[in-house]
Amino acid sequence: MDNSPIIEIEKLVKKFPMGRGEFTALNGIDLRFKQGEFAGLIGPSGSGKTTLLNIIGSLDVPSSGTAVVMGRTIENLTARESAKLRKESLGFIFQSYNLLAVHTVYENVEFPLLLLNYTASERKKMVSDALEWVGLTEKIKSKPPQLSGGECQRVAIARAMVKRPSLVLADEPTANLDTANSHNILKTMETLNRELKTTFLFATHDDKVISYLRRKIFLLDGKVDKEEITSN
Amino acid sequence: MILAIKLAYRNLIGAGLRTWLSVTVLSFSFVVIIFMKGVLTGWDRQAKTDMSNWEIGGGQYWQKNYDPYDPFTLNESHAPVPSELKDEITAGNIEPSLIVPGTIYPQGRLQSVVIKGINPRQSILLLPSHKLDTIADGIPAIIGSLMAKSLKASAGDHIMLRWRDANGTFDAGDIVITGIFSTNVPAVEAGQIYIPLEKLREIMMMPDEATILTFRDGMKTLTGLEGWILMTKDELTAPVDKMIKTKSAGQSILFGILLLLAMLAVFDTQVLSIFRRQREIGTYVALGYTRRQVVGLFTVEGTMHSVLAAIVSAAYGLPFLGWMAKNGWKMPVDTSEFGIAIAQTLYPVYSAGLILSTVLIVTLTTAAVSYWPSRRIAEMNPTDALRGRLQ
Repeated sequence: MDNSPIIEIEKLVKKFPMGRGEFTALNGIDLRFKQGEFAGLIGPSGSGKTTLLNIIGSLDVPSSGTAVVMGRTIENLTARESAKLRKESLGFIFQSYNLLAVHTVYENVEFPLLLLNYTASERKKMVSDALEWVGLTEKIKSKPPQLSGGECQRVAIARAMVKRPSLVLADEPTANLDTANSHNILKTMETLNRELKTTFLFATHDDKVISYLRRKIFLLDGKVDKEEITSN
Repeated sequence: MILAIKLAYRNLIGAGLRTWLSVTVLSFSFVVIIFMKGVLTGWDRQAKTDMSNWEIGGGQYWQKNYDPYDPFTLNESHAPVPSELKDEITAGNIEPSLIVPGTIYPQGRLQSVVIKGINPRQSILLLPSHKLDTIADGIPAIIGSLMAKSLKASAGDHIMLRWRDANGTFDAGDIVITGIFSTNVPAVEAGQIYIPLEKLREIMMMPDEATILTFRDGMKTLTGLEGWILMTKDELTAPVDKMIKTKSAGQSILFGILLLLAMLAVFDTQVLSIFRRQREIGTYVALGYTRRQVVGLFTVEGTMHSVLAAIVSAAYGLPFLGWMAKNGWKMPVDTSEFGIAIAQTLYPVYSAGLILSTVLIVTLTTAAVSYWPSRRIAEMNPTDALRGRLQ
């Protein structure tokens, strides 16, 4: 495993306007993640885990402090640069899947590759590989409304993984799934993490997810409360 | 751009009925606008052709005092036919007409008329002048059907005609209606009676004189004829162009309303899309689109309504427009009393320019209307959009 940090966060603060005042969602976070980690931000609602994930994903910017993701300082990126970072290097998995409802499974997974200008034959090969990883090769012509929740989330994983990003950010990926599907999904992500060395960073408070994590960062009221590292 | 078109197409087709409702309204606008514009073009062409056939031929020379809009000039609007044109007149390529004021007394009433003397053997105009070439117990005369209706006159009727000759002496005699003709050109029949040219010259004591000289289409024209003014076909049909232009301006209001309805459908679809598809917008951003690119995608998507509408219009509109061009649009009422040169059946004429300009205008308008609500995306916070939290 490469020991160089893929994410470096220093004294990160994020405040949101609330009424006449401000709400501090993140209050002085310092964290580092290395390539190939399978880590999670754990905490109750309002602890700041999704906000931190959004900043790492360059969907939001910090109020103060620094977030460097794959050598790029998030707060200094232009809209075009942050879009480029997400397009080339990041994969996202959302709680409610966020699949494009009118597109087929194949088209949903193909989408990130279209943005990266891969040729049709390259796209076909990469989409096939991704769908094979998640075991959905027989559903390529189905549309999201025809799939179960577990299948939708597997499509979302395939979409996040198809371009082989360095970092995948997963926000409550099992929140809408039953136990069996949750374990299935987590095993798939764990396998991809081991085989492709992709860094996975979760935001969760689901015990099932937590049980799979090798590094657990507990957030409380916008601060790192404690950290646990499991070697398995 | 190609990716945006591809995605927009997928999204539109995937949206199903919502897309097709807007597309149907837009396609209706396409067909109606092209059809109505085609009708105006066809009307313009038909009116000019009818004017040429019935009234003006290939153009005219007017005696310098002649003003068709001022009947008081008629007494002075006559002169001997120029000698330079005698050969063409003999060959039948130019037909002189003498026009004088008169009065008729149908059923004891008095009505002012314009008496036109024409050559019964003329072949330049469609007027049935041959019906003047007959022996009758009065002066043979032909009138238009509208005139006949207002006079309550039929073929064979005798009507007293009074005139004032070149010496200022009033005289009178009976005319016999030997023919009644129907025409789409009201200007050739309203308040007019046609009698043989030589007879009119004789009773007016104006031998070899004329008011206008109508020449055949395509004839070489002479300028500088002493006492005569050359009126080209374009000059004589200019009022038709003016009338069509006025009609066209009126029609633009209808087109505006039609376009407004179609654009409301597109605008509504766009606003609804942006509201309902916030998660999708957030997802596009998360996957690597800038917000501006998402604005572009939604604008292309909205604009594509008009592209689909053009295709749908072609599917049902082309057969319809073709059928109308062939069979014409029959006026639901008698058009002979409209007072304008309009046929009972109008044949629309469509040009490539008309179709292309209509498609272009509708597409550009759709693009503008699609862009307007899409701009809101640029102000969206992607993290809120991802959760569908925006209001």
